[in-house]
Amino acid sequence: MSMLDIILDIGFFAAAIRLAVPLLLGTLSELVAERSGVLNLGIEGMMLAGALAGFATAHVTGSLWLGVLAALLLGALIGLLMALLVVILRLDQTVTGLGVTMAATGLVFFSYRLGFGESAVPPAITPFSTIPLPLLSDIPFVGPVLFNQYALTYIVYLLVPALAFFLFRTPAGLALRTVGENPKAAAGVGIDPIKMRILALMAAGALAGLAGAYLNLAAFGSFTFGIISGRGWICLALVVLGRWKPFACAGAALLFGAVDAFQLRLQTSGSVDLPYQLFLALPYVATLIVVIVNTRFAAAPAALMEPYDPEKR
Amino acid sequence: MRIALEPRPPSRWREVLMPFAAIAASLVLCGLLIIIAGANPFQAFAIMGEAAFAGKFAITETVARAAPLVLTGLAALVALRTRFWNIGGEGQLLVGAMAAAWLGARGDIPVPLLVPAMIVGAALAGAALAAIPGLLKTRLKVDEVVSTLMLNFIVMYLMMALLSGPWKDPVTGWTDSPDILMDAEFPVFWAGTRLHLGVLVAVIAVIVIGIVLKRTSFGLAMKVVGENPKAAHHAGLDVGRITFFAVLLSGALAGLAGAGEVGGTQFQVIASISPGFGYAGLVVAMLARLSAVGVIPAAVFLAAITTGADEMSRQTGVPFFIADAVQGLSLIAVLVAMTLARYRIRWRPSPKREAAS
Repeated sequence: MSMLDIILDIGFFAAAIRLAVPLLLGTLSELVAERSGVLNLGIEGMMLAGALAGFATAHVTGSLWLGVLAALLLGALIGLLMALLVVILRLDQTVTGLGVTMAATGLVFFSYRLGFGESAVPPAITPFSTIPLPLLSDIPFVGPVLFNQYALTYIVYLLVPALAFFLFRTPAGLALRTVGENPKAAAGVGIDPIKMRILALMAAGALAGLAGAYLNLAAFGSFTFGIISGRGWICLALVVLGRWKPFACAGAALLFGAVDAFQLRLQTSGSVDLPYQLFLALPYVATLIVVIVNTRFAAAPAALMEPYDPEKR
Repeated sequence: MRIALEPRPPSRWREVLMPFAAIAASLVLCGLLIIIAGANPFQAFAIMGEAAFAGKFAITETVARAAPLVLTGLAALVALRTRFWNIGGEGQLLVGAMAAAWLGARGDIPVPLLVPAMIVGAALAGAALAAIPGLLKTRLKVDEVVSTLMLNFIVMYLMMALLSGPWKDPVTGWTDSPDILMDAEFPVFWAGTRLHLGVLVAVIAVIVIGIVLKRTSFGLAMKVVGENPKAAHHAGLDVGRITFFAVLLSGALAGLAGAGEVGGTQFQVIASISPGFGYAGLVVAMLARLSAVGVIPAAVFLAAITTGADEMSRQTGVPFFIADAVQGLSLIAVLVAMTLARYRIRWRPSPKREAAS
């Protein structure tokens, strides 16, 4: 199989979409947080917590959709805790986010071991199956790639335009963006920046939780400790690549889904004789290149990483 | 209602006690987790304390485990003095370990130079890796958080590729690097324990970094750059250069931690050579409130939690990962404590509309 054969194939594009969805959800999560002026380095931990909440709930109740709900709720809860720390107590966003990720990771591993024990064969659930959309999935090429996906994927298709509409066409979206650019000015016109940032972090947490849950409810069907392995950090770079805009972020996530699908196929194709770990490093190399190239052009929200102190004049 | 932070009058003792309050708070949370896991927290803590501190073997084991944490803690701290978030300690440690293992297995280095070569090589490797995010930040303004995190993953996968490729044992197929030479093993100070040269290196590093930060013009320059880069620039300091050198120093310290693990503990590179020492270094630096001397008790605390949790898990069945949870929780707790030491929390009735100022 040559390099060209790898990418000129319906299976490749379908895989790229599948791999892009969790990245896209994570990227939209980070976008919402950063638009409100908060850098959320807790995203990696929120995704992991969402993955476990989704898996454990689905395992116990047998309902995948209850798993989705649990992931959304737990993510939002961690978002609220993060908001307590960085919005109300105004702690440093970088180290607090890392702390939230570390604590969440420890607690998730602890809970998983407590609930599921240590077994040679990890417990599994039957993940979502793909649903071909009538008519649309019959379109040649585009159909099987885009419209034979999981229900969650279709929801994400709708989420991107919905978020774009919210941010750029509604008063609440304008309020959120203003808080991220200039919280003082926002307060001057009657917006409460503190409340706005708390809500933004809760929404970001819910989206990150869903991103994590997608990985085992739709993709893997079981929970592993390495299930997120840096996907949350990659989303930090994808927001920059997507210039803090939902559609551009979707493009960035798709590009990375394709990189991931490419390295997976390269591994299994056997056309290149190299240790497979080199391919695993590829998405991280691509991310590093993205931040280097984009830093020059990117315009982050002006008040990103600046705590808002209502008493400061 | 709204919450306001009101500055407190500065208090020296409050600042000193605050990390202890944070540790106490994280231990209380840890106790709750132990109860959830169905064990008696007092009994569990007793087992942890005994496993970490009771007797010669326990204490020396905890100290040996603290050595890499001291070095990664110093690494995080040195970079942070110039406001550079070096989250790449993990990757810098790994390249240091690989350099030490490579040098230590070579037959062509004279024996007396073998151990020094491993130490210097590891420090250089760590510094060289740190130079990448250092240059990206100071020259191209690339955010160091993402670049150092990505390099951690890249280095980890390169190491795995090396272990399952060129370094794989052709006979057994084990994915470990070749053992270093007997002469390359770090000398041990106390027979029957693991108090090896790497521990001494860590202690010396604390003294040297303490002196550099407090007594040298470079240390002062770092402080000025970290506290007020604009003022530093106006005072004629080359902010980029000072930051870059601090980052190199940071990478070298993390690399040294890798040398200690290879030369003193594992005698080869294994896939699990670092159980997150690099990330834990950030917790150590914060618990130490960015003071060089404070790094030692902070590192011993985290090391004791790990060795203690190991034994406690064996005896009570409480999952070992409680150690990771405590690590993260103590980081958050110390950040909260730092704020509470400086500010009082006040509830204020919120005016409906605040006049723009």
